[in-house]
Amino acid sequence: MSEQDDDRSASRRAEEFMQVFKRGAEFTQDLLKENERLRYTLFNLEGKLQTGSVDNDETSRMRKRIEELEQQKEEILGRVRKIEEENADFANRYVEIENENNMLANLYIASYQLHSTLDFREVLQVITEIVINLIGAEEFAIMLLDEKTNKLQAVMTEGLEISEVPSIAIGDGLVGQMAKTGENYFIEQMDNYERDFHHPLVVIPLKIKERVIGVIVIYKLLVQKSKFAEVDYELFTLLAGHAATAIFSSKLYSESERKLSTIQGFIDLLTK
Amino acid sequence: MSNYNVLIVEDSPTMRQLIVFALKRIRGLNIVEAGDGVDGLKKLSATKFDMILTDINMPIMDGLKLVSLVRSDPNYAAVPIVIITTEGANEDKERAIALGANAYITKPIQTTQILDVAKRLLNLPA
Repeated sequence: MSEQDDDRSASRRAEEFMQVFKRGAEFTQDLLKENERLRYTLFNLEGKLQTGSVDNDETSRMRKRIEELEQQKEEILGRVRKIEEENADFANRYVEIENENNMLANLYIASYQLHSTLDFREVLQVITEIVINLIGAEEFAIMLLDEKTNKLQAVMTEGLEISEVPSIAIGDGLVGQMAKTGENYFIEQMDNYERDFHHPLVVIPLKIKERVIGVIVIYKLLVQKSKFAEVDYELFTLLAGHAATAIFSSKLYSESERKLSTIQGFIDLLTK
Repeated sequence: MSNYNVLIVEDSPTMRQLIVFALKRIRGLNIVEAGDGVDGLKKLSATKFDMILTDINMPIMDGLKLVSLVRSDPNYAAVPIVIITTEGANEDKERAIALGANAYITKPIQTTQILDVAKRLLNLPA
């Protein structure tokens, strides 16, 4: 009895096991099928993603928007670059205008001062002030032409004695030559220059039209002045003309005053 | 804009005119001119100035003497002083600063230089 029971029980358990095993095999089959299906789906999706064929309304809208924004960004960057260029241009222009303003101020003041007096010594003093303060010279001479001897003679100096400056005949040496031709002279190499009365740094003939009445000769610049600026050349040009007329007018005025005083003296003598 | 009184002490009329020309670009400045240190001191006692610009080499009383006298006056102990001079050596500059000058400008000057220094010392926008 017990042996038969045992056999039956074992066979039932084997059947049950076989049932479970079958269900497991079926489930495994289902899983493999599902896995295959998902793999296939995934493969398709990857393919679509690579070719970019995954597209829907939202994506294309976003893409379009990104393109628009990129374009706008480029436009804005272009504008910023243009504004920056304009800004740099304005800054340069501002500096140029400031320099021009500075130059005009110097020229106006020099011209104003030159014609502010009819006294010969004062005119020479004004020229001296201009050459020191506006040009920045430390040693220089104002030489006038003595028409009797045809020689240039120093009448005013700065930084040296009048007696130190040799008189120069028209046409003699560099200074005499510049006085003869009426051309300005500027030394080319200023470094290590040492004062030489016959080879100065600058010679500016003082001219009334083409007639030279004297020269301004510069031998040394202020220690802080290493080279000439644009305004200096303008000032030299102004001095060449305006200083000459100012000197000439003041000399004429002094002479006429002297003559007037002499005539007045005679009249007084005759009428007394 | 506030009004500021500025004194220019300079014996050269050309330089005075140039400095005035430059400073006139600042609105609200009352500019007073003096031809030497003594004249400058007289004007300092008559008006309260907010800034002084002075040359060094002047007849009667030079700029350095003027600076030391101005600094010894409690009313002007803190007023900005600008030295404008032909002396470009560092020793001159150091001497002027040691005496109490606030700025040092060497000739030949540019109007923009004066303008920049004046604005800085009067705390005006550049």
